[in-house]
Amino acid sequence: MDFNDTPEEAKFRADARAFLEANVRPKSAEAERLSRKLSPKEYLKAAKDYQAKKAEAGFAGITWAKEQGGRGLPPIYAVIFNQEEGKFDAPAAPFSIGLGMCVPTVIAFSDEATKDRYVAKALRGDEIWCQLFSEPGAGSDVAASKTKAVRDGDDWIINGQKVWTTGAHFSDFGILLVRTNPDVEKHKGLTMFIVDMKAPGVDVRQIHQASGGRDFNEVYFTDVRIPDKNRLGEPGMGWNVALVTLMNERLAVGGSYGPDYKEIFDFAKGVASPTGEGALIKDEAFRQKLADWIVRAEGYKLAKFRTMTALSKGQTPGPESSIGKVINANQMMDIANTAIEAQDLYGVIDDPAYAALEGAFHQSYMFAPGLRIAGGTDEILKNIIAERVLGLPQDVRVDKGVAFKDLPSGR
Amino acid sequence: MNFDFSDDQKALKDQARKFLADKSSAKAVRAVLNDADKSYDKDLWRGVAELGWLGAAIPEEHGGLGLGRLELCVLAEEIGRAVAPIPFSSTVYFFAEALMLAGSDAQKSAHLPKVAAGEVIGCFALSEGPGAVTAASIEAKFDGATLNGVKIPVTDGDCADWAVVAAKEGGGVSLVLVDLNQAGVARETLKTIDPTRGHAKLAFTNAKAERLGAAGQGWELAEAVLDRAAVLIAFEQVGGSHACMEMAIDYAKGRYAFSRQIGSFQAIKHKLADMYVNIEVARSNAYYGAWALSTEAAELPFAAAAARAAASDAYYYCAKENIQTHGGMGFTWEVDCHLFFRRAKLLALQAGAPAVWKEKLVKRLEQRNAA
Repeated sequence: MDFNDTPEEAKFRADARAFLEANVRPKSAEAERLSRKLSPKEYLKAAKDYQAKKAEAGFAGITWAKEQGGRGLPPIYAVIFNQEEGKFDAPAAPFSIGLGMCVPTVIAFSDEATKDRYVAKALRGDEIWCQLFSEPGAGSDVAASKTKAVRDGDDWIINGQKVWTTGAHFSDFGILLVRTNPDVEKHKGLTMFIVDMKAPGVDVRQIHQASGGRDFNEVYFTDVRIPDKNRLGEPGMGWNVALVTLMNERLAVGGSYGPDYKEIFDFAKGVASPTGEGALIKDEAFRQKLADWIVRAEGYKLAKFRTMTALSKGQTPGPESSIGKVINANQMMDIANTAIEAQDLYGVIDDPAYAALEGAFHQSYMFAPGLRIAGGTDEILKNIIAERVLGLPQDVRVDKGVAFKDLPSGR
Repeated sequence: MNFDFSDDQKALKDQARKFLADKSSAKAVRAVLNDADKSYDKDLWRGVAELGWLGAAIPEEHGGLGLGRLELCVLAEEIGRAVAPIPFSSTVYFFAEALMLAGSDAQKSAHLPKVAAGEVIGCFALSEGPGAVTAASIEAKFDGATLNGVKIPVTDGDCADWAVVAAKEGGGVSLVLVDLNQAGVARETLKTIDPTRGHAKLAFTNAKAERLGAAGQGWELAEAVLDRAAVLIAFEQVGGSHACMEMAIDYAKGRYAFSRQIGSFQAIKHKLADMYVNIEVARSNAYYGAWALSTEAAELPFAAAAARAAASDAYYYCAKENIQTHGGMGFTWEVDCHLFFRRAKLLALQAGAPAVWKEKLVKRLEQRNAA
């Protein structure tokens, strides 16, 4: 056991670090304040500039084949770059879904002409991609998608609605899962397409979230034409294509969000305990909870080191990395809730001018419910762990052998 | 980055698993459970000694195999998985570790070869009554030559030949080495929640004893021994937790209710997924403890506390939910669920209760941040 890089990995890490130091600010309260000041438009411009520099320096598409403009390196190098990038205030978020999930799917299911058209531009950040899977009636059960595509000569005509699409409002293209045949079983009548988000009939509306922010969208399709050459995989094979996309989601190893145990530990030194005298950090019940958070946060971090070890040995991480979100989303909420409640009535104030950490605990509290749902609810992730890692049987399926159009769908 | 055991260590683990599946079967564990006069499984103890496990981490000059602590960690996981009814932890993680940490050359030469050969069973006597032990709470007394006082309970104290005992000496605490087979030692066997391991009350009346380590350094040494033992016990706990999860999975696949496998119900799936998450957290923290232990890293106190807290919680969760998954059958004497449920509680307390280790963890975070 050791935590050291191999000489090749160490060299790569040093190169990555040099690139980041030359191009972005290290993480700090000041850096975050400056980022927050940017308008969405300014932020997107900064993100595109940064992505272009990354591509030029060879830090975009680290694991992609050289023919696709990548470096052709093993996954461990992507993890190393992500670790280093995570220490900086780098505007990488707008590209994570496109480059992490959508474009790899395009690469896997397209001919050379299609790849030539899209891949390089995506890698350089000239074009941004989004993923159009969820619908109002197809969340956890995403294969129940109803948005339909009907063949018309060399085109397909799309009608329906997608929802919770991250970044659709600034995306140029998307991968779109639609129903092409309602007369067969649910999973067998789906097809995947590349859609131009600027095409006539595509209507993107930002969702006003419970947290107050607007990070996701509804996307309406009204008689949108997609040429057949933009189809990914055969008609009816859309679910298999979607599984490839979701597999890539696992490789995009997720981190934690918002204040962690270190922040609440510092916070607890400066706030009075609600149960008696002295600071919160002296409160025994708080200390026991803090220990649980340390154990889980460190455990998750160390589990990722085990995944990295497997990656270094050339193994592919399986669905076991699903544990991350189950741990982090709940812990994020618990830490935020404890910090807020510890302040008694003052805890209601989320005004950055008055609130601890400029309101970061409050932001975390309000965003955590969304995280428990996004990218697979806690319940779906536990099903995945139970079925794919532990080998438990599938739930009894009422949709087997029934044509999609005959399935009950409620409201 | 290589945060995993080596191929050789994994091979040792496989070998240990096969050996224990045969020699520490549920039948063997129950033979100790059901016989109040049986303190441990003597055949298994002999077998373990022959394989060299007792001296795995003891240097070759003292009769051991001279392997590292990582090898001991993989053995511990398998011993935990098999709920082995032997005084392994007391002898190896506590007694031998204390000798290697604080013993003089003469003490090491006198005792370690016998431990490695399986000729001597050791134990570690700290508790004197209900509640967590502190340096101030210890009442047993050592006057430089003899020991007086009572220790209760002492894990494996009923079958041990030698003990390391924490006692007051002057104003401080010292560790002392005591031969338990002498007139000044009275033993009373205790009934405990886990009868597959022996426990005793040890009363010392002018018992001959010799100091282990410097006078007045006993509490610091005890803490250091506990940190080492904590990592190794965490591996036993991870092994036990994993065995519970496998048992529950197996049962959930084979048991039918409402004409379907109960493992197809989400209520059962989510329970088992939670076991998996708890085990992954515990295993990852235990690996970090193993790394810190094997490299004598400055992070050992923090890593040991985290490993211990995670593993105690994981084993408790897995053992109780394994019973729940089995339904009524899980509550019978004949089904093995309770063997793990019992051992989970013993291991959670053997080197200090979960709350004690959680407090240590936070204190060590404070110390680390102050440094």
